[in-house]
Order: sequence, then C-alpha cells, then structure tokens
Amino acid sequence: MTDIPTRFGPYGGRYVPETVIEALDEFARAYSEARDDPGFARERDALLADYVGRPTPLYRAEGLERLHQAGPIYLKREDLCHTGAHKINNALGQVLVARRMGKRRIIAETGAGQHGVATATAAALFGMSCVVYMGRTDMQRQRLNVIRMKMLGADVMPVDSGSGTLKHATSEAIRDWVTNVRDTHYVIGSAVGPAPYPEIVADLQSVIGREARAQILDAEGRLPGTVVACVGGGSNAIGMFRGFLDDADVALVGVEAAGTGIASGLHGASLGEGTPGVLHGSLSYLLQTPEGQVAEAHSISAGLDYPGVGPQHSHLHDTGRVRYVSATDQEALDAFRALCTSEGIIPALESSHALAAVARHGREWGTQGPIVVCLSGRGDKDVEQAGKAMNIDV
Amino acid sequence: MSDGATRLKRAFAEAGRPLLVPYMMGGFPSLADSRDVARALQPAADILEIGIAFSDPLADGPTVQAAGQAALDQGVTPADVIALAGELRDGPPVVLMTCVNLVLAAGPEAFFRDAAAAGVAGLIISDLPCDEGDDIRAAARAAGVAIIALVAPTTSDERLREVARVAEGFVYCVSVAGVTGGAVSVDDDLRSFVARVKAAIPLPAVVGFGVQTPGHAGTIGEFADGVVVGSQLVRTIEADGAAAAAALAAEMRAALTGDA
Repeated sequence: MTDIPTRFGPYGGRYVPETVIEALDEFARAYSEARDDPGFARERDALLADYVGRPTPLYRAEGLERLHQAGPIYLKREDLCHTGAHKINNALGQVLVARRMGKRRIIAETGAGQHGVATATAAALFGMSCVVYMGRTDMQRQRLNVIRMKMLGADVMPVDSGSGTLKHATSEAIRDWVTNVRDTHYVIGSAVGPAPYPEIVADLQSVIGREARAQILDAEGRLPGTVVACVGGGSNAIGMFRGFLDDADVALVGVEAAGTGIASGLHGASLGEGTPGVLHGSLSYLLQTPEGQVAEAHSISAGLDYPGVGPQHSHLHDTGRVRYVSATDQEALDAFRALCTSEGIIPALESSHALAAVARHGREWGTQGPIVVCLSGRGDKDVEQAGKAMNIDV
Repeated sequence: MSDGATRLKRAFAEAGRPLLVPYMMGGFPSLADSRDVARALQPAADILEIGIAFSDPLADGPTVQAAGQAALDQGVTPADVIALAGELRDGPPVVLMTCVNLVLAAGPEAFFRDAAAAGVAGLIISDLPCDEGDDIRAAARAAGVAIIALVAPTTSDERLREVARVAEGFVYCVSVAGVTGGAVSVDDDLRSFVARVKAAIPLPAVVGFGVQTPGHAGTIGEFADGVVVGSQLVRTIEADGAAAAAALAAEMRAALTGDA
C-alpha cells in the first residue's frame, strides 16, 4: 500500500475539526488500496472509456491559429466528457471509492455546477443519495446546471451566507460532513481541502495530462512548448500539468481570474495576489485580510470565483515550475466569443480564461513549440450570462 | 508546564466539582455589549470561553456562525477580543476559541505574546488536530498559553494517546459528531466516550457541543469534569439579553454543584 502525500513543500496538511480525521484516514487507506487493486482499475478504466468517453480528443484548432497568427494550438477536449467537463473524472473515481468504503450518502459543493452535475451523475449511476451545496448567487448564474442536478435526483441545497459562491458552499458541505461523517462521503470537486483530497483529486485528474502528452507526441512528434490551463481550485490544471512536470522544457502556465482587474481588488487571483493561509483544511495561497479573515473572490466564472487554490499549485508557484498569470472577465468573454466563431466550440467561461492567455501570449509562445490548452468544460451552462454580455437578444 | 495550563488545572483541582465553562462570542451582539455579557457571565463561570470570529468556521452551527458574522460585520478584530480578555483578567481564567488561520496571520509568536499579556490561560483551535501545528504549539508554550486539545467520538483510542502527548490544561470532548448548537443526547455512548478519554489522557475532561439545559449539565457532571455551554447562551443573549444568559448560566452551575 502506497502512502498518499499530505504536503506539497510546506503547503497542504489537515486543518480540520478532529471529528473528520478518522474519515480522512479511512479515505486515504481506501484510495490507496483501490489504486493497488487491478479490479478497481479495470472498472474505472472501463467507465472512463464507455461512460465518460475517454480518451478525449486533442484537437488542432487551426481557426484559432489563424485568428491569433500563432501555432500550432491544440485543445484538450475535456468539454467532450460526459456531463460536459473534466469534473466527471474525479467524481466517478471518488464515488467508486465511496462504494468500496460502504458509504451510501454522497455530498458535494459546487461553484459552476459542473462538479455538482458530475457528482449527481455518479451517484445516480451507483444508486446513492446525493446532496449538493451551491451558493445562491451561483444557482442563479448557473441555472441550467441546477436543473440538471435535480433531474439526476440530487438535492441542491442553496447557501445564503456571504456572497453565495463557492467558498460558502464548501464551508457548508464540510459542516454537513462533520455532522454525518459516519455514513457520508464528501466528494470535493477540486484539488483543494484537507489531505488526502488534493493528492487524490490530482491523481484522478492526471489522466488529462497523460493522454495529452501521448497525443501531442503522436500528432507532432515532439513535446509542446507551452501547456495552459485555468486555475480556480486548480483540478483541471493539476491534472494536465502532472503529465508534463518532469519535462523541464515544457512551459506550464496557470491562468487565474483577474475579475474586473487586479487593481480593482475584485478578482480570484489567489496565487498572484494572495498570501499563505488556511482555508477549507489546507495551507495554501489565499486572498485574506491582514487579520486572516478570508476575502470574497470575484469572477464572471463561478468556477474560478474562489479565494483559495490547491496546495500543489502553491508549491509549484514558489518553485517557479509553473507560471501563474491572470485574465479579466472581459478578456475571458472575448476569448469565449473568439472560440465560438473561429472554431464552432462554445467553451466554459472558466476555460475561456486559459484561452484568453493564449490570445495575449500565443504569438510569443508559438515560437517555442506547440501550445496545448486544457479546454476543461463546455459553455452551455454559461450561455445566458455570456449571451447577455455579448448583447444577444432572443 | 505552561503557566496557563497550571492555572486551568488548578481551577479544576480547587473546585472539587465539575466546572461550568460558559461560551460567548467576542464582539457579539456588539463589542461594548459583549463586555457586559462577559461581566454578567463571570459569577457563574469557573472558566470563561470567548470566541474570536473567523470568516469561514467549519465546526460552528448556525447560531455561533451568525454571531461571529455579526461581530465581523461590525469590524471586530482578534486584537479587540484579546483586549476584552485583558479587561477580564481579575475574574475566572479566560480561554479563547478560534480557527488556525487567525493565529497564522498574526504570526504565532505575536499572537501568543499578546494573548499572554492579556492574561489568557488557553486557546482552543477548532481546526488544529493534534498532528498539525508544531510551530504553533511551540510558540504557545513559550508564551505560557495552553493549547486545549479537542477530541471527538470518532477519535480512536490509538489517536487519543497521540492527543495525550500534546494536550494541556484540560481536554475538550466534542459530545457529538457534528457542529455546535444541536442537542446532545446524554446516553451510554457519551458516557463511554468520556470514559475512553479519561483513560487515555490524564487531564480534566470537559464536554461541549449541544449542552442546552441545566438537566444536561447536571447529568454530564456525573461523569465529566466540566461542561461548556455555548449556542444556548448565544441564543439567550440574542433573544433576552445578558441578564437572562447570566441566569441560565447560574442554573447550569447550580445543576453541576448539586444545588438544583
């Protein structure tokens, strides 16, 4: 049985009420055993292939290349996963482990609703009951996903505290878990939270980077010059980056939400503008006041509207292995529109932040070799919000 | 042994009966009103527990969470609450309760230096389990502030022995797997949990979370060394004011001393 790392450099740890420590130990043990069990791998891989639709394509976006006069640009099409985003890779894996642990009740937090939908989907597949916590603001701006979760049989619990976004939904989910820990598994949706979650979520998402690396070698006969992904909590990014961390010549770029501009103070750039602190059970970069109260984040994209970030990203930021930049709401909307019209692909607003960085830096990056962008999700959930910003009147 | 830990242990030894630990949120309903609340609770309190509000508490139920948010909305800071504790140093020992990030943000040395200067005997950190925060514990020890360990019904015997290695002052037994403010069920499970704790950790065992009535307090006092009363007092303060909360605390104390 292999031990699961609890720290990434100084970051991570388990800063949680004593009540859930036993459950964290149990989850680490169960995941570790599952990983060493060929039967588990067979079942998971079969589901990833036949149910999720993996491997997802690595698609060369020539329309985008023409637009940005840069290239080659490849999109890792996580938007083509069942349920419409990479979140299902993690949700399915965790629910499989929950079943091994004999837990019958699943809870989750969600921001954009993609993780909530993925978890509701996995729970439906395995006949488990599912409760998803979601901020009231997010329920309004991601209405489609609220309806999907309910159709899938999940209870969606609105969270009214604070700004009604992902931070508050996560706190509420943890409080539920503290109360119902004996029969409930908490499926955290990003590479955040107390150990062992950041490692397990990253491990379950690492299929993205593994596939992308093999696919780009197949297509180009060389490694990419630059790999780009958006970072809220950072699960699609860490899943993608893990495929390339040991390839020193591959530049890795994470794109945080700059909201209405870093200078406005309304953003979600935890790595760019935050300081180390503890939120939701782990030590990582955090937007906070000098006294240590956690600040509200701001982003047009509910999935990036989070004041914290996964602990491995904090470590990769400190070591310099990954460069973290940011893109504003407006840049993300421009990139959203550009992908719609140049490629016929409607991206999630989260993924649009990664595309915005390509719009800004693509020409320079293109000189270093192929660019691979993680298109982490599709944008159906965002059409009302983005449509309004694009003045589409129906 | 730290100075705060000595004072706390002495409080248990000298009373020779279970202690009452009333909890109040620092800065609730307002900073000025919370001063009155503290003074009102002092006569019944053997140890007074004061919360420092954090924006994202994980172990608090709706009542304490709302009180904390009200304090934050009025701009109450950790320094304000530590200053409040300093004003209360002539009374029963004060322990503060908060979340780890406020200690980290201040810097552990500075946080415990200020707390010690205000006469604070101990600190309960609801999200610092026994295997985290060596630097925090070292800073607390150097300043003479006890870090009060929390244990839960889900804590294994093996882990209780690990807790015993870092526990100081008294050990806080979380009565239920849950957040604050529900109702405790005083049953065999709670009795056997407290017995397990006392067998593993040679410190007074205090039960908290969900203690709502003098009846709860009296029954728990038969097998534990003290009770914390939190959400019920916060609710009473909010509904009926400090004097009503003081009356409830006095009833609880009477139930613990067998005078009820």
